[in-house]
Amino acid sequence: MSRDKVDVWVGIFVLLGAAALIFLALQAGNLGSMRLGKDTYDIKANFENIGGLKMRAPVKSAGVVIGRVVSIDFDDKRFQAVATLQLDSRYRFPDDSSVKILTSGLLGEQYIGIEAGGSEDLFKPGGTAKYTQSAIVLENLISQFLYGKAAEGPPATPAPAAAAPAAPVPAAKP
Amino acid sequence: MIGIVRAVGAVGRNTREGIITLGFFFRFLLALLARSGAALRRPRLVFQQIHFIGNYSLVIIAVSGMFVGFVLGLQGYYTLNRYGAEEALGLLVALSLVRELGPVVTALLFAGRAGTSLTAEIGLMRAGEQLAAMEVMAVDPLRRVLVPRLWGGIIAMPLLAAVFSAVGVLGGWAVGVGMIGIDQGAFWSQMQNGVDVWADVANGVLKSVVFGVAVTLISLFEGYRASPTPEGVSRATTRTVVAGSLAVLGLDFLMTAIMFGG
Repeated sequence: MSRDKVDVWVGIFVLLGAAALIFLALQAGNLGSMRLGKDTYDIKANFENIGGLKMRAPVKSAGVVIGRVVSIDFDDKRFQAVATLQLDSRYRFPDDSSVKILTSGLLGEQYIGIEAGGSEDLFKPGGTAKYTQSAIVLENLISQFLYGKAAEGPPATPAPAAAAPAAPVPAAKP
Repeated sequence: MIGIVRAVGAVGRNTREGIITLGFFFRFLLALLARSGAALRRPRLVFQQIHFIGNYSLVIIAVSGMFVGFVLGLQGYYTLNRYGAEEALGLLVALSLVRELGPVVTALLFAGRAGTSLTAEIGLMRAGEQLAAMEVMAVDPLRRVLVPRLWGGIIAMPLLAAVFSAVGVLGGWAVGVGMIGIDQGAFWSQMQNGVDVWADVANGVLKSVVFGVAVTLISLFEGYRASPTPEGVSRATTRTVVAGSLAVLGLDFLMTAIMFGG
């Protein structure tokens, strides 16, 4: 086969492969939505318990993704988790906004939700959120429920009996 | 008694020969890599090899990718349907292809198609004394013949794996959305949310590059040291497919453990 023909076919082959790669990256992957551009700023938030929050979890406000969690560290002076959130520069929040760890659906992935506060000052890049709410841990909820029931006391004798069958049920499940 | 002694001796001999082969293999690899500058100086040779190795494999890779995508779509749907999670079919098909099936199946098909043709070609060159004739003319056969084929294979493999994965995703789409009737928006959006470009697609490409090196190297090696007879060439092509496939599967396990172990 002549040299030019070979070159043309090889060129077509390489272009096809590159097109397939680009298709995978854009259509099948999250390249399009991942980059928030270089215009982002970071803020930190301290939590008592981050639960199942993972790196690159979305940061949403009013349900719209406006950022990502870029790092999760441990502060051993206050014994709290410190999450660094990278937010789109287009959206600025008042510095008394509350940062909560929410779960999408009942057992889904955890993400960070920001609710705007009422302060007139906006978050400075690198600032720390003042009001945070940690993740809901299922075991703590159950034990709260049981102690609450036990504290209600003897007025209804079925109550301790109701608490007793309730206790083996969560223990039997795992 | 003598039989046992002979058997033990055979084990020792096979081990020694195995180690010698392994050593020869790595010296072969280093020799080819050291002469790789030649590939840059004569790109025409590399392009011709990409043509023989890549273009001629395109049809089988694309058609296989399409059928694998179809099957993934069907089987995935039947299983996900039991748990009410049919909308995750796009995610299932894309992750399976991009992470595992794309690189591995492409490498196995590559070993069978391109690997055997490389081995046969080099083996017949040796049988026809072409390699010896080149050495007599002071043309380094490694530089002239083997290095372009090595780089042709290394360049062609990731492209073929990408084509396989892309065609497979489209095949899964055709079956899931077209034939079965899953919601198109859910198909693509779940896929886009779940497939990460760096953790999944890039790791898949890295895997296919490693497989390309391994399979092409094994093909060239088996061709180079084939006995210069028809039976020798035939045994060499068999060894290429067997060793290449096992190497691909073993390396896949290693790399998956490293990349996706977390």
